[in-house]
Amino acid sequence: MRLTLRVWRQKNAGAEGAMSTYEVDGVSSDMSFLEMLDTLNEELILKGEDPVAFDHDCREGICGACSLVINGEAHGPERTTTCQLHMRSFEDGDTIDVEPWRAAAFPVVKDLVVDRSAFDRIIQAGGYITAPTGAAPEAHATPVPKPDADFAFEHAECIGCGACVAACPNGAAMLFTSAKVNHLGVLPQGAPERESRVLGMVTQMDEEGFGGCTLAGECATACPKGIPLFSITKMNREFVRAARRGR
Amino acid sequence: MALDTRTGRRPSFAATLWGSTVGKKTVMAVSGLIMLLYLVVHMIGNLKIFFGAAEFNHYAHWLRVVGEPFMHEEWTLWLVRVVLLAAVVAHATSAYQLSRRDIKARPGKYLHRKPRSSYATRTMRWGGIILGLFLVWHLLDLTTGTVHAGFRPGHPYQNVVDTFSTWYGNVIYLVAMLALGLHIRHGFWSAAQTLGVGSRARDRALKTTANALALVLTVGFVSVPVAVMTGVVS
Ligand code: HEM
Ligand code: SF4
Ligand code: FES
Repeated sequence: MRLTLRVWRQKNAGAEGAMSTYEVDGVSSDMSFLEMLDTLNEELILKGEDPVAFDHDCREGICGACSLVINGEAHGPERTTTCQLHMRSFEDGDTIDVEPWRAAAFPVVKDLVVDRSAFDRIIQAGGYITAPTGAAPEAHATPVPKPDADFAFEHAECIGCGACVAACPNGAAMLFTSAKVNHLGVLPQGAPERESRVLGMVTQMDEEGFGGCTLAGECATACPKGIPLFSITKMNREFVRAARRGR
Repeated sequence: MALDTRTGRRPSFAATLWGSTVGKKTVMAVSGLIMLLYLVVHMIGNLKIFFGAAEFNHYAHWLRVVGEPFMHEEWTLWLVRVVLLAAVVAHATSAYQLSRRDIKARPGKYLHRKPRSSYATRTMRWGGIILGLFLVWHLLDLTTGTVHAGFRPGHPYQNVVDTFSTWYGNVIYLVAMLALGLHIRHGFWSAAQTLGVGSRARDRALKTTANALALVLTVGFVSVPVAVMTGVVS
């Protein structure tokens, strides 16, 4: 395949960015989108140019490091992560636009790399269970009803990629935050901190400069892990409940 | 690890709500639903115009004496007005503050615009502004009569017919009622999510209710100017 890429290039956080056009040849339809970018970067390095910076790690759809808005869609046209998006989803001769996540709370570091540490601070504000570490506890010591376990697991699938924020017209982090709040809140281990967790995480989410929810639903459509929009509904209820209890 | 001891007072329920995006949205949802409830009653009341001037004017008079003898004349009316005013102020203030925040949170635009949300969802802000402006005009036109040449206090039937005999009266009203239908279509469903009562199992029912409310209110309100225009009411 031969493709025309238009890629966002930005030297650093303070610099002005712009789209640059590149031709890439010899792309196999079995390549992942990131391998296609690797191909481009090899050529750029050989030519002595600065390679395109982009985030990646596991390349198997489980770590949440990869990003990219491809032709206006977070993680591109398929419902998966960019590392698991294959070039067979495109046609020979296509022009593909590649942009970074755009949100005030996710400033661009370089090219397609954005700073997602705002998510880490939301997690630090309550997205954990306070427990002594050590040997793994006996699995059957705390029974968890099957529906609760399934509910928790559905939300535990969130990999923290930030596609929800990138897709949201308000740059809101509601889907991510609600996935974490619901995952831990429904489990017996998470119950003692149920109220302080949601209050802390929502407060931090607001402090990071994310927008509010208008129930546009773009986040759930973009999420590679299928976190449902109703996750937000549930968090809203949890928040009001916790605010009423005052802790 | 040593935990710090809490000394400060816990913030009140109201402060926690108003201080967060999630809570402010709750204020919007509750105030929106209060206005929605009022509009259903208002729409049904308006339909009395089809039974003639005497019945409509009598109904308008009754609105001033509801609750008597416990309530003094116009007490109930003023109570409703105060609640509605509070709802409008709370709704518009949170809408303004949240919208400003949302716009700031998403500074850059993508090259491609492919919104997958519905038209009703994307027009909430403009629709809200249209409704706000309409509300001011509507009160000056039919409550105080300030912008209504030939306004006759105590003769609402005649005033309504009068308003809908002008082209601009009809245009303003029709545009606002379409905006209202769209606003409720997304707003009712959205409020259910904000208040935490939506779920996969209930989604169909909530969306159907939202559409039905939007349709019934729009058709009900619009039927009055259409009736005047076609001479059914004169
Ligand atoms: C003063 C004029 C008004 C303004 C400026 C306004 C503005 C807004 C805005 C900006 C939203 C948020 C939209 C979003 O989430 O995308 C909203 C939501 C809503 N509005 Fe209004 N609106 C007005 C009048 C009304 C009226 C008359 C009703 C009554 C039917 C109403 C009912 C609602 C409801 C139920 C919601 C949903 C709240 C939620 O999502 O939780 N609004 N409004
Ligand atoms: S909710 Fe989905 S889109 Fe958002 S961070 Fe988690 S996995 Fe990514
Ligand atoms: S690189 Fe780990 S999810 Fe894509």
